[in-house]
Amino acid sequence: MEGITITREIDALGSFCPGPLMELIRSVKLAQVGDVIAVLSGDQGSMKDIPAWVNKAQQEFVGMEPAASATRFIIRKIR
Amino acid sequence: MDTNEKFSIVLFSGTVDKLMAAATMTTGAAAMGKDVTIFLTFWGLLAFRKDDWKSNHRFSKDFEDYAGPAMEMMAAKNVPPWMTTLESAMELGNVTIKACSQTMELFNIKASDLEPVVSEISGVATFVEDCEGGTTLFI
Repeated sequence: MEGITITREIDALGSFCPGPLMELIRSVKLAQVGDVIAVLSGDQGSMKDIPAWVNKAQQEFVGMEPAASATRFIIRKIR
Repeated sequence: MDTNEKFSIVLFSGTVDKLMAAATMTTGAAAMGKDVTIFLTFWGLLAFRKDDWKSNHRFSKDFEDYAGPAMEMMAAKNVPPWMTTLESAMELGNVTIKACSQTMELFNIKASDLEPVVSEISGVATFVEDCEGGTTLFI
């Protein structure tokens, strides 16, 4: 994800479903509109849970990328 | 008017495995913006007596051979206690926990005997009204 400035990076490795999603939600709530949050999750449920939540919460899903034995999800708070 | 979808759980069981499942389902539903109501009855209510969760190691009888290994794995992988998961769900979304008045009377439990996450005492008819038009689980 080049060209994107991450406001906050969350390391949720070792956290189990629904831990990574919960950590993301907590961060989004505390963030300012325009902030970009990255969350690193090794939980397979996150692959679908995080995009589903972002969609439901009407935030912006910037993307996801593989990381070492995990996935990094990038979300922008837009409301 | 309240337009959120409803997600209700009758929590009858008091074993850690099922309490964990209930807490996790609650979290998912709360995260997805549902209004969650949990109705605690019988063993589910006993599990919400103050501090009971700290010493509750009961496990479903059907899978009691897994109880030891499952508890050990959860500890090794730092899985939070179910009460902690439930409290997090309550921070994130709209979760209401109600205690069954009949069970309270049957077991001589007072509101002050319960964990503070329990916000009211309710009869079954009110709970059935609460559930109407939504998803309801019996755990």
